[in-house]
Amino acid sequence: MKIVILGCGRVGSTIATTMSREGHDVTVIDQNPDAFRRLGKDFKGKMVTGNGIDADTLRKADVGNADAFVAVTNGDNRNIMSVQLAKVRFKVPKVVARIYDPIRAVAYAELGIETVCTTCVGAGLIRDKVLDQPFGGFEQYARLGMEEQVLGPTESATPEVE
Amino acid sequence: MAISNPMYIIIVGAGKVGYYLAKALTQEGHEVLVMEKDRKVAEAIAEELGEIVMHADGCEVRSMSEAGMARANVVVAVTGDDEDNLVICQMAKRKFGVPRTIARVNDPKNEELFQELGIDQTVSSTRIIFNLIEQQIETGQVIPLAALKKGEIEVVEADITPGSPVEGLRIGQLDLPPNTLIISVIRDGHALIPHADTRLRQGDSVIAMIKAEREKELRAVFAGEQP
Repeated sequence: MKIVILGCGRVGSTIATTMSREGHDVTVIDQNPDAFRRLGKDFKGKMVTGNGIDADTLRKADVGNADAFVAVTNGDNRNIMSVQLAKVRFKVPKVVARIYDPIRAVAYAELGIETVCTTCVGAGLIRDKVLDQPFGGFEQYARLGMEEQVLGPTESATPEVE
Repeated sequence: MAISNPMYIIIVGAGKVGYYLAKALTQEGHEVLVMEKDRKVAEAIAEELGEIVMHADGCEVRSMSEAGMARANVVVAVTGDDEDNLVICQMAKRKFGVPRTIARVNDPKNEELFQELGIDQTVSSTRIIFNLIEQQIETGQVIPLAALKKGEIEVVEADITPGSPVEGLRIGQLDLPPNTLIISVIRDGHALIPHADTRLRQGDSVIAMIKAEREKELRAVFAGEQP
């Protein structure tokens, strides 16, 4: 598949090298060209330097022809905006955003954007290791920390899925 | 000053825009809360604006809830980052049911995208200044002032420059494209409500409401070109 990855940090570069080795057509975007060093010399994919919330950059990365778009920069809001840009403007069929904030991750999942909250997943895995419990499953981890959320009228948050 | 319908307005971002907006709205008699995530900035403006300043990240649901966002009439996001302004407005709308959200857009390309993504109104100072400059250098130009219904309908301005073919004509005589409504004529700094007999003079600015795709034809009318 043709995949575009925004953010060449530890997570982004790991997805890129793994999927490239598996034979996928990978393009990585980062605004700092130094970040591409993480990909190593053998990386076969493309690298695009630019701002991931700018449509011109996404066009340069040929997002319009991508099967999937993944946003894993350090900024939750940057990831949220860029996946919506990819989905709405470039009609990418599958978009995934990494979001640190559990509440935002759930809120945007309700809006039809696939999110991975690495905070929750990491916390869940570590908790299970500490307690010598078997793997609890990502669905369960994704709700971690949500019990404390006695905030705002969440029931009125009707998802407006496009 | 007491107003008849005070609103609860939450402003996120205490830069220059947020600060002056908060001041002006407070003076109008509205209930205002400013959220600013930078402690130093928040403290500095709190000295002047007092208790209406909250040191908090306006993108965090917990802070939004503490700010009483569920009862806000309007949420205005005026930080320097478009992605933050987008998320603030989307969360305000979807999580807290805020009826009206306004986002400052730094990159004018994002205006349309934000409206598509459910933000009620966008403001781009880049776009406004760009339009002002265009206005200075083009003749017969039709300048978009505002877009309604996601850009389907536009409010535009056309200036009657020297040599304009419509100078001296009555509005009723203009060969306007269909779906065009002349809503005002600005003359010597005053806005006139025009009628069919209003005669156009050099220096007038004509404000019209028009279907976006008719803009070229309207321009042709004022510039005397073939569309």
